[in-house]
Amino acid sequence: MENTIVKAENYNSYFGDNHVVKDVNISINKNEVIAVMGPSGCGKTTFLRGINRMHELIPGATSKGKILLDGENVYDMNAIYVRAKIGMVFQRPNPFPNLSIYENVIAGYLLNGIKVSKADKDVIVERSLTSAALWKEVKDSLHKKGTFLSGGQQQRLCIARAIAMQPELILFDEPTSALDPISTSSVEALFHELKANYTLIIVTHNMQQAARVSDRTAFFYMGELVEFDDTKQMFTNPADQRTQNYITGRFS
Amino acid sequence: MEAKIGTRNIKSMIFKGIIVFFAFLITLPLIVILLYIIKQGITQVNWHFLTNVPAPPGEKGGGIVNALTGSFIMVLMASIVAVPVGILAGIYLSENPRTKLAYYSGLCVDILQGVPSIVVGIVVYFWVVKPLGGFSAIAGSIALAIMMLPIIIRSTEQTLKLLPDSLKEAALSLGVPYHRVILKVIVPCGFAGILSGITLSIARIIGETAPLLFTALGNNFFSLKITGQMESLPHVIFTYATSPYDDWHDLAWGASFILLMFVLTLNIVTKLLTRKWKIQL
Amino acid sequence: MSVLLLLIILGVLTTLIMESMPSIKSLGIGYLWGKVWDPVQNIYGAYPFLIGTLLTSFIALIISVPFSFAIAIYLGEYNPKGWLSDLLKNTVELIAAVPSIIYGFWGLFVLVPLVRTLEMKLNILPYGVGVFTASIVLAVMIIPYGASLGITLIRMVPSPLKEGAYALGATRWEVIRSVIMPYTRSGLFAGVLLSLGRALGETMAVTMLIGNTTALASVFKDVIFGPGNTMASVIANEFAEADHTLYVSALIELGLVLFFVTVVINLIGKRIITRFTNN
Repeated sequence: MENTIVKAENYNSYFGDNHVVKDVNISINKNEVIAVMGPSGCGKTTFLRGINRMHELIPGATSKGKILLDGENVYDMNAIYVRAKIGMVFQRPNPFPNLSIYENVIAGYLLNGIKVSKADKDVIVERSLTSAALWKEVKDSLHKKGTFLSGGQQQRLCIARAIAMQPELILFDEPTSALDPISTSSVEALFHELKANYTLIIVTHNMQQAARVSDRTAFFYMGELVEFDDTKQMFTNPADQRTQNYITGRFS
Repeated sequence: MEAKIGTRNIKSMIFKGIIVFFAFLITLPLIVILLYIIKQGITQVNWHFLTNVPAPPGEKGGGIVNALTGSFIMVLMASIVAVPVGILAGIYLSENPRTKLAYYSGLCVDILQGVPSIVVGIVVYFWVVKPLGGFSAIAGSIALAIMMLPIIIRSTEQTLKLLPDSLKEAALSLGVPYHRVILKVIVPCGFAGILSGITLSIARIIGETAPLLFTALGNNFFSLKITGQMESLPHVIFTYATSPYDDWHDLAWGASFILLMFVLTLNIVTKLLTRKWKIQL
Repeated sequence: MSVLLLLIILGVLTTLIMESMPSIKSLGIGYLWGKVWDPVQNIYGAYPFLIGTLLTSFIALIISVPFSFAIAIYLGEYNPKGWLSDLLKNTVELIAAVPSIIYGFWGLFVLVPLVRTLEMKLNILPYGVGVFTASIVLAVMIIPYGASLGITLIRMVPSPLKEGAYALGATRWEVIRSVIMPYTRSGLFAGVLLSLGRALGETMAVTMLIGNTTALASVFKDVIFGPGNTMASVIANEFAEADHTLYVSALIELGLVLFFVTVVINLIGKRIITRFTNN
């Protein structure tokens, strides 16, 4: 399909001899919000980290198969380039403690040594923070350290940092698991707005969150992609018994 | 039963008393030494003392400017060598903790930390003094640099190990190459910790005498020539303290006072740095 | 850069071995228990210095252990926080920070006269300087090493263990004796080893206070109170004036022995601690 942005073909990941992602085939469309859920240890985070080649940074970690980004296999591209092209937001907010809010947003440019004029920087910072629904809260304290913000604000700052690099695709690894309920809802509200311009893949172990924010949901179990379907469809009428068991809480 | 509890409690109290007594008795020698050095030394220190070379025995006056500049030059040269090497090795150890090379270099750091300073002095004598044909400040600096290394390496390694992995991941996920991640994120975040290791190592070596005995030796005159003999604070104290002249003892007290102030200041700076760094994380 | 470390250690070892070769070859193993050290006659026996080193270090250790354990227990268990413990902790750190040369200088002018008075009262030859004086100063200098490690170890004792004992009605002293001490025993032993390593290699303060005689006294009380010499102090005193190959080489062999002993002691100590913290 022309609309496809990411496609996995027979994708496998390993930690040493441990086979953690097994033969995954999936195709994700532009401007979709995809939730990836499953019990802990099911390989969902490992799969996510395979997409932007973060997985291979762990000693002993390897992978097989293809991940196509806009039709090109990321494993044939330069890993640095892949990571710059795909945004990623982590479980715990991780702003750089030595940088200000302003610098955190343009960290991707600063750290890569990409020269940007002051005016362009200002534009990027304002646009990214606005997209991350944080501009109003921090516009008067842009030069304070990012670590002074609350957890939810820090996470939105990390989202702004990812957006600033103008990726087509943003990966979220359990982005709200370290946040309180209020911060969680502020981040979730953001997903709806980001959908207009970006494709989001969100790993979550929270089924309600998957149901609330996603268009389609992928269910992983024991390293396999068990089911990938319309979110509503999956939660009301799952095709696979294991999915059924999971959403009815028979195992977690 | 009740009575027994009573005696047990008394026993416990007595034990606590003994512990408190011994624990606080240790402050006594420190206070005595500090006060004595300050009392003997502070009267010696004045502008003349800081800007003149030592006087011959029997003559009044004289100072330690040659030792001050000598210590400064040698510590500076030692730092120029030891700081970059130490930081790089520390980064290597914290980033690759499981490789064979890291294991053996970690072992070497442990060994180096335990090597008596006098042994470092002898070895540098054969490495530098003999080939160059004479005692020199260069040799002294190399000996001091070897003593600094393990402290800088360990503090860099430990500081960086305490930084959360998520920081590195955040930078890597933005497509930042590994070496830039280390240089622009990891090192700046651990900067205060690394710096405190450097100040601590300087505090340790500025008072080291044994490694200088066979390397820089000493010099009664003012000299900035790094290929020649050079005086240093600890060495001037050693020579003048063990001399039979009272005037020279006074000079040594003054030098001890100055050395002590340097060491105390460096230790306080180290403390402030580690405190600041802990709050930041 | 890490390779450089390996090179330094290997370089130190080869230099020491190479340069002590003449002495090893011509004096053999008898060097270690030869009782006479007379450079003029070209006779070199290291025994007096081995004894001097061991004596000063062990006396220092015996004096320092009660202090470092007391500090460790006080700061680790009784009073880990607050201004009083901060004060004590800073004191201990300062003791470690004062340069060895300053301890030596102070000892020479304050402690030596005191010891001399004491010796006159005890009817011993009043040298003032000697093994005993050096050991006292050495003891003060090594207290921080045992203490700071001890504090860390005692704080690592899991509180459920201690609470279990308290819940059974144990007093503080009983908890320390029967829970904390057994739990930290190996680590505290390692702390003592590391202090010993420090004491063996300490040079300047000892050189200034030990009196520097090369002959070993025949009467035991003179061995303790009279002047002596350690391996490090002989090197410090004689290396610069050593004028022929065998003399220099015999001194370096002392350095080699010192290097080996301190390295072995340090590595054993570190190994015990690593094992302790990993458990």
